[in-house]
Amino acid sequence: MGTEPLFEKGEEIMSFFEILTIIIPSTLLTAAPLIFTSLGGMFSERSGIVNIGLEGLMAVGAFAAAVSTLGLEHSGLGDASPWIAILIAGAVGGLFSLIHAVVSISFRADQTVSGVALNFLAAGLTIFLVKLIFDGKGQTPYITHNIDKVDIPGLAKIPFLGPLFFQQVAYTSYIAILIAILCWFIVYKTPFGLRLRSVGEHPAAADTLGISVIKMRYIGVLLSGVLGGIGGAVYLVTITSNYNVTTIAGQGFLALAALVFGKWHPIGAMGASLFFGFAQALSITSQQIPYLDRLPSVFMLIAPYVLTLIVLTGFVGRAEAPKADGVPYIKGQR
Amino acid sequence: MSYAIEMRQIRKEFPGIVANDNITLQVEDGEIHALFGENGAGKSTLMNVLFGLYQPDRGEIYVHGEKAVIHDPNDATRLGIGMVHQHFMLIDKFTVAENIVLGREPKKNGVLDMKEAVKVVRELSEKYGLDVDPEKKVEEITVGMQQRVEILKTLYRGSDILIFDEPTAVLTPIEIQELIEIMKRLVHEGKSIILITHKLKEIFECCDRATVIRRGKNIDTVKISDTNPTELASMMVGRKVHVQVNDAPYNPQGKVLEIEHLNVADARKVEVIKDLNLTVHGGEILGIAGVDGNGQTELIEAIAGLRKTKSGTIKLNNQDVTNQRTRKMIEAGLGYIPEDRQKHGLVLDFSIAENMVLQTYYQKPYAQMGILQNKVIAKKAKKLIQEFDVRTPSEKTHARALSGGNQQKVIVAREVDRSPQLLIAAQPTRGLDVGAIEFIHGKLIEEKKKGKAVLLVSFELDEILHLSDRIAVIYEGYIIDIVSPKETNENELGLLMAGRKKGGSEA
Amino acid sequence: MSNLLKKVNWMTLLIPVISVILGLLCGAVIMLVIGYNPVLAYQSIVESIFLQPYYGGETIRAMIPLVLAGLAVAFSFRTGLFNIGVEGQLMVGWLASVACAISLGHLPKILLLPLSIVAGGAAGALWGFIPGFLKARFKVHEVISTIMMNYIALYTTAYLIKNFLYTEGERTPTIPSAASLASPFLANLTQGSRLHWGIIVAIIAVFAMWFLLWKTTKGYELRSVGFSPDASNYAGMSVARNIMLSLTISGIFAGLAGAMEGLGTYQYMTISSAFTGIGFNGIAVALLGLNTPIGVLLAGALFSGLQNGGLTMQANAGVPVELVNIIIALIIFFVGSSYAIKWALSRFSRKGKK
Repeated sequence: MGTEPLFEKGEEIMSFFEILTIIIPSTLLTAAPLIFTSLGGMFSERSGIVNIGLEGLMAVGAFAAAVSTLGLEHSGLGDASPWIAILIAGAVGGLFSLIHAVVSISFRADQTVSGVALNFLAAGLTIFLVKLIFDGKGQTPYITHNIDKVDIPGLAKIPFLGPLFFQQVAYTSYIAILIAILCWFIVYKTPFGLRLRSVGEHPAAADTLGISVIKMRYIGVLLSGVLGGIGGAVYLVTITSNYNVTTIAGQGFLALAALVFGKWHPIGAMGASLFFGFAQALSITSQQIPYLDRLPSVFMLIAPYVLTLIVLTGFVGRAEAPKADGVPYIKGQR
Repeated sequence: MSYAIEMRQIRKEFPGIVANDNITLQVEDGEIHALFGENGAGKSTLMNVLFGLYQPDRGEIYVHGEKAVIHDPNDATRLGIGMVHQHFMLIDKFTVAENIVLGREPKKNGVLDMKEAVKVVRELSEKYGLDVDPEKKVEEITVGMQQRVEILKTLYRGSDILIFDEPTAVLTPIEIQELIEIMKRLVHEGKSIILITHKLKEIFECCDRATVIRRGKNIDTVKISDTNPTELASMMVGRKVHVQVNDAPYNPQGKVLEIEHLNVADARKVEVIKDLNLTVHGGEILGIAGVDGNGQTELIEAIAGLRKTKSGTIKLNNQDVTNQRTRKMIEAGLGYIPEDRQKHGLVLDFSIAENMVLQTYYQKPYAQMGILQNKVIAKKAKKLIQEFDVRTPSEKTHARALSGGNQQKVIVAREVDRSPQLLIAAQPTRGLDVGAIEFIHGKLIEEKKKGKAVLLVSFELDEILHLSDRIAVIYEGYIIDIVSPKETNENELGLLMAGRKKGGSEA
Repeated sequence: MSNLLKKVNWMTLLIPVISVILGLLCGAVIMLVIGYNPVLAYQSIVESIFLQPYYGGETIRAMIPLVLAGLAVAFSFRTGLFNIGVEGQLMVGWLASVACAISLGHLPKILLLPLSIVAGGAAGALWGFIPGFLKARFKVHEVISTIMMNYIALYTTAYLIKNFLYTEGERTPTIPSAASLASPFLANLTQGSRLHWGIIVAIIAVFAMWFLLWKTTKGYELRSVGFSPDASNYAGMSVARNIMLSLTISGIFAGLAGAMEGLGTYQYMTISSAFTGIGFNGIAVALLGLNTPIGVLLAGALFSGLQNGGLTMQANAGVPVELVNIIIALIIFFVGSSYAIKWALSRFSRKGKK
């Protein structure tokens, strides 16, 4: 490979370190929306409902975040605006996901079809509303109070680790990681989690034990809406700052890939999101990195998708979806 | 005196069929009560009503003398009714303990307390003598143990009335004996049991009374000590059972199928066929007897080219056809009536005509240069529908719309019409009414008379005994013995199926 | 998926019609709530398509890739597969046709045009074959793999254009006229619309799908595998091979859709950061068309009419054109909810009898 020269002289170790101080914070930043959204997808699919609509949920969340941040700023809430907007976006995402829940759970529509339609609806509806609210313009104005990259007090001063992990990062990234751990706890350590998984694996068995399949699946989809909305909102307030038709271009599908790559496991989904964030960060910064600059950036861009395909082939341990994922539950039919 | 369970005048209709027509069932405290009837008689429907999975259209249910309305399994559980399902309701990826406590999990500060769950399961399993390992995943344990987990699920919920839905279908004879012991112990501990079954042997071994139902209607409730198997059987069928007997003379001809030293592994790479040898001649029906899960499915699939063999040879008409593709086997003269007719035998959303050419659609005269000859196909289908008495409005009707018996007739028509040298019939009459059973048995005997080789696989000993010229008993993947139906009886076959050879030696 | 494949009867035929009506009604309600005039809006859509040759021409022009994309999705549905990868297959088809046209520009039209079309179909075929292979060999679910293939296509085509076929304006050079499907005759007929001869390709494709699926032994096999892979396997068909074949053919239709854009509508390909949307619209078209070739043609006409007429609607009634996307999304929801619609219909008819 020829990496030795990097470590030969003191100054080149510095340059390698500098590269890391660029890439790691950037990874954390791009990964955060993916973590939230893939965790959302995890709840839905663990309950047995395939959610292709993550993209649309992110779009709705990003739109809601843009509009409410602008509104809150306007009413003088200042730096608190984006944070409140994230919560609002979560609520809006949850509400929006109910369409998917009703259509695919109660009306037993094909879940992939419903998810595709959800994406359509989100794309149409958000831009339609943007045009209504902002006098026919196709995009929102820029928000002025973003969630900025900051040095985390105290931790940022730790030698070596501080500059890597705690300088120039957004709080949302750390919240995302904490939420991932919380989700793992909920799914694997609480009665709710056990029931959620049982419904996704064998709904008829859960039903005979008095667990309401319909209710658990609604909750699963609802959580995917809330987390997907938050994911879109975080993307907006930390990265793009305004909403237009291209704001969420593929982020939701990338989160879906992260979910599969992470084998439908909360920590796995988080790890995959971080890895995909890393690949994105690398595709942007690779031109500044010795040796990597010779590699076309397209490889970094397609890496997440190619790797997900490889994982699915089972070369790297089989990724198995919940058994009843995508199968509508009809009482009395076995 | 009040009954543990009393179901009065239950009626349940499904579109186009009355599954339960004024059925009354009275179960006394502390008895094992058989609910006895043929497949499709309405036993499972009645129990699903009792367990709250279906709502009855009419009728009342009393539990311990009190009127009960059962909306869902939760209500049933609250009333102390538990069900051991025929198709286990277990989550493979969960542990035994997780499966048992699901829905009523022990908690500590709102968090799952799995230690407590494991402890409770251990206690229960010791109390009732139901040996399980609470920390193993369900996918790792045997079928017998899975059934014990199902029973523990009901006991964990404090049920005192247990419904067993055809519990012996998947068990080995030894496991069946164990289950009967368990049921007796449960009754001893004060539980009442409803046993759904269509097997006489079980009833006479452990039941106190039996309620017989036929085509959705009550026939009678009898004390087992006051009746005998023949009487009960004719109650179930509704007339003297007229069995089609293979009375054609036995003139075996040349070897059609020869299997030598065959070894086959299943999906989990466990060897399920071990050094199996078997020959089937033209002009004979060879019956394979055995308990479900002793390698019958894998044997047939290996012959049909649906499953790769590990070693050994399979010869059809003296030609080595080991590991040939299915199409090659069919072209070489294999006919196959598969066990699961809806899943494997038919394309349910195809018309009858399309189903009639499922293996031959690409051959002349059904196709010319890759173009389907739909007129020829329709004509052929019409002819077969008439010959085999398939009851259908037309050949354009979808197979899905036919009754089970008529679906099976379509398959038999298609397979027999191709005039295969070897016809494999796997459970050819399962779930069919008596008329259809007689028809299909007749067709198998006809094939034998034409000099074809017929390989019959069935879990019903009666069917094997009545139709076969020779009976091969399969046990744990090999042929433990081959006997003549004239020189054997159910008892001997039962012992062989359990792995005991003549003279009492354990295999 | 199986509910997409059930027998077509009168009730099933009613579902798309009811869905369209419900979708348009919902759109009208949205307009009323916001304060637009729905009658004026729908009127302007209908008038522009049928009375203004330019918009009529553009509608037919937009139908071409839409119908092909719809056929791609419908074809895979018929074999029990869900091809969400039409977007990606379309992009590689687009690029391949344009690249072929440019690099073999010296050939005469009689060779170059068919070759360029074939190149588009072949590239789409390859992009469809990969998920087919992954499914047949490794049981990778095609919904996930085709989504992944979409993004791989998006970034790869952009990279290839940038590095090998780049010209001013973030796009490829224009193709030589020998490879073009554009027609001054059709353009004149429609007052300068971009209508091109690709419409013939689309109509041939509609016919080809019908013939292939219902008249040939291969089609019998594909449908059989689609309805019941197990029974097909027992009958001696190769399920794996049919899965690969199905997604490959589906990819051909999608690749052709791309070629129509490259050789007909635009005559070049731009570097894009987002998908065309035609592939996803194709899903809607296939569903609404009940996965039948003729249904796809009709649904394609409806959707492209709505989208092109929507521009006039924005101009005349002031309604943002995105309303059309909302209506299309709602129509898919309604078609997808056929179970609920059937249930409501049977209730309705039962009440009527009593």
